[in-house]
Amino acid sequence: MNISMGRYNYDVVVVGAGGAGLRAAVEAREAGLSVAIICKSLFGKAHTVMAEGGVSASMGNVNSDDNWMVHFRDTMRGGKFLSHYRMAELHAKEAPDRVWELETWGALFDRTEEGKISQRNFGGHEYPRLAHVGDRTGLELIRTMQQKIVALQQKDGREHGDPEKFIKVFAELTVTEILKENGKVSGIYGYWRESGEEVLFSAPAVVMATGGIGKTFKITSNSWEGTGDGHALALKAGGRLKDMEFIQFHPTGMVWPPSVRGLLVTESVRGDGGVLTNSDGIRFMFNYIPDVFKDKYADNEPEADRWYADQANNRRPPELLPRDEVARAINAEVKAGRGSPHGGVFLDVSKRLPADVIKKKLPSMWHQFYELAGVDITKEAMEVGPTCHYVMGGVDVDPDTAAAIGVPGLFAAGEVAGGMHGSNRLGGNSLSDLLVFGRRAGIGAAAYVKSAEPNPVSDASIAQAQEKIAKPFTQSGGENAYTLHHELQELTQSLVGIIRTKVELEEALVKIAELRERIAKVSVTGGREFNPGFHLSFDLDNMLLVAESTAIAGLTREESRGGHTRNDFPEMNPVWRQVNLVCTYDGSKVNVQKTPLPTMPKDLFDLFDIHELEKYLTPEEITKGGIN
Amino acid sequence: MSRKLNLRIFRGNSTDGGLVDVTVEALEGEVILDVIHRVQADQMNDLAVRWNCKAGKCGSCSMEINGKPRLACMTRVASFDEGETVTITPLRAFPVIRDLVTDVSFNYKKAMEVRAYEHPADIKPGEARMQQIDVERSQEFRKCIECFLCQDTCHVIRDHEENKKSFAGPRFFIRIAELDMHPLDTLRNRKQTAQEEHGLGMCNITKCCTEVCPEGIHITDNAIIPMKERVVDVKYDPLRWLGSVIRKRDGIL
Repeated sequence: MNISMGRYNYDVVVVGAGGAGLRAAVEAREAGLSVAIICKSLFGKAHTVMAEGGVSASMGNVNSDDNWMVHFRDTMRGGKFLSHYRMAELHAKEAPDRVWELETWGALFDRTEEGKISQRNFGGHEYPRLAHVGDRTGLELIRTMQQKIVALQQKDGREHGDPEKFIKVFAELTVTEILKENGKVSGIYGYWRESGEEVLFSAPAVVMATGGIGKTFKITSNSWEGTGDGHALALKAGGRLKDMEFIQFHPTGMVWPPSVRGLLVTESVRGDGGVLTNSDGIRFMFNYIPDVFKDKYADNEPEADRWYADQANNRRPPELLPRDEVARAINAEVKAGRGSPHGGVFLDVSKRLPADVIKKKLPSMWHQFYELAGVDITKEAMEVGPTCHYVMGGVDVDPDTAAAIGVPGLFAAGEVAGGMHGSNRLGGNSLSDLLVFGRRAGIGAAAYVKSAEPNPVSDASIAQAQEKIAKPFTQSGGENAYTLHHELQELTQSLVGIIRTKVELEEALVKIAELRERIAKVSVTGGREFNPGFHLSFDLDNMLLVAESTAIAGLTREESRGGHTRNDFPEMNPVWRQVNLVCTYDGSKVNVQKTPLPTMPKDLFDLFDIHELEKYLTPEEITKGGIN
Repeated sequence: MSRKLNLRIFRGNSTDGGLVDVTVEALEGEVILDVIHRVQADQMNDLAVRWNCKAGKCGSCSMEINGKPRLACMTRVASFDEGETVTITPLRAFPVIRDLVTDVSFNYKKAMEVRAYEHPADIKPGEARMQQIDVERSQEFRKCIECFLCQDTCHVIRDHEENKKSFAGPRFFIRIAELDMHPLDTLRNRKQTAQEEHGLGMCNITKCCTEVCPEGIHITDNAIIPMKERVVDVKYDPLRWLGSVIRKRDGIL
């Protein structure tokens, strides 16, 4: 079959048009470069639209005691001190500027009485810190950046006669390969989902901003796009994935009806006063406050309730513990037989706030439950349970430039990048991560391009990429991609899920190896035009690599921390805090190795109370202190 | 609890195609998108359908269900009677690519034609002060998920390809209204351009757009009518017309 191939040349190709990708594109264009933005779906539909609660930034608009140092501490604590300190530092310092910048691009956040950007409470954040627009903050973020891209295009149109001369959006295009020549990135290869026609982009710099991996799991809050494409492409291009064992199960996904199982119920419900109860009507979270958090969370209902009005003199309600703690607690309640009728627990805001306030503060939640479950959340409790929401792990990058380690010319930002969130991400830190590191990836890529030598794509690389795309059509008698995807999801959900054991993880790796052989033989019916079965055959390959990375890293890490819980090693172990697990791919399997976590410099080390650090660090590390 | 559902689905492209009957199992609580996915997995592996979030937040799975523009992810199977045949077709106002997927690039072209937000030069990042009540008017329009159902149903373009060139459609009237009501936007002639460049005058306020909006945005009442009224004020009120000419400003709009 003769396949036509489009060819494009750009300075920077951004793969992914969610928050991180668009922010990177803006920065690279403003640095004077030509930019291609590639999205797997239509422009403006990326998973960022699903973010509800808000974007965290220590602007101090609601509580003036907030500042970057408090935000930094909260982030490190939330990630159980496994975050790369430099990423957490840059993130906390730069987030306010990134939010204010959105306002200059037309974003309209909810306001305080004084007319400043309003900020709400969220799990793990010491002060009200999340800038928000009701419960549709992600939509506001992506629309603002989408419109900023249009503004840049209109400017180019006025100044250069063609709005798409220097920045163009390529919608509904799947990337199948990162191309390299002479050890450096030379471009990407892919195909139009609509026509099946193939496309080559030659570019010295590629920014991966492909988001997450949720579709690897059965119960997830992620859309079909979350298939770990960027994770897998980077791995295959010689990049490293770190912290892949840490998967965030959001504590509150819908559990009923079955068709919406996993759909997110925003943490704002709890931030605004919603409480979790079991089938006995008990607010069970009081029984699950870990020692490390005892001084920050209320151990009785009256104090927890007072906190909403007086945060200075009361400890926070335990419903607002970091997500990993709440997810494990719900899991335990259900296992103990104290769950709700459909296998979750109850989340109730109806007895805590008047109906009109609920509808105003949580409009999408009201709509979602009313339309999809027939539940009126102003009158009755919701049923919720954990859902696969976010992967902390990702491409190992340089914190300042977002450059992927080991692959010159490759950059990664947002969920596909690792290191920022350690073993557990705080709510609200994702949208700010997108903005801070999306911008940094744009700057990093621009600086790289300006000093890069020409690196044309070779015919051999093109031929290889073409062969790979043609493969599922040329094999007959193989299995269908939907069946294999279903099996992979069942496998990860049951063997690599919220609670893990050695035996199960080993079993998972055996099954993944079997699936690899079957996926290699997958065959596709129909033609190339907008054929979902064909698309899924590529997604499958990516999801398999992600699942393997998670399973092998999970098997290696013999402790429980954040988004990695081992039944056979239930405790957090300070010795394990000293290492990241880094995955690489040798062409036939994923390998894992321990690499030391960088030591915090003294100025950051000294921001913490030494007694808090003693809960996480080894005695030797405490004695040593930070490095000068 | 499951039931059988009879579907009649459009299969084909812009030149060739027709309705195909299938029967599919539907489980309790499912929406039309779920059963389409089941058809795709079990009976028609290559059935083309566009979707993303499956939660009514991204506006991708727009299609026509029994002739009505709807989001497939927000249309419950239970809303149809047992034994009823549900007809599922692609959006009619846009060219079909394949099956239920249409070419919606018209909307992105129109988006490009609406002049972007312009921030006041003297308000630095972090210095903006706005009252909640003042941002709420524009916030209503910023709830738009760009499902383009309003564009699909709008009779100005639904069966009138020739009007597409000069008519932006309801989605972009609310975009212009949003900018017009934005407390900080400095571009002052939004309403006039809506009338002169984007075809606001072609809308005869039948409210079809408002009826299909899955976000419940009051497109006609809160965006189109206020803009039309004020355009008319300036055009036909002699004093206002004189003011706008003499003082070279349309800030009074």
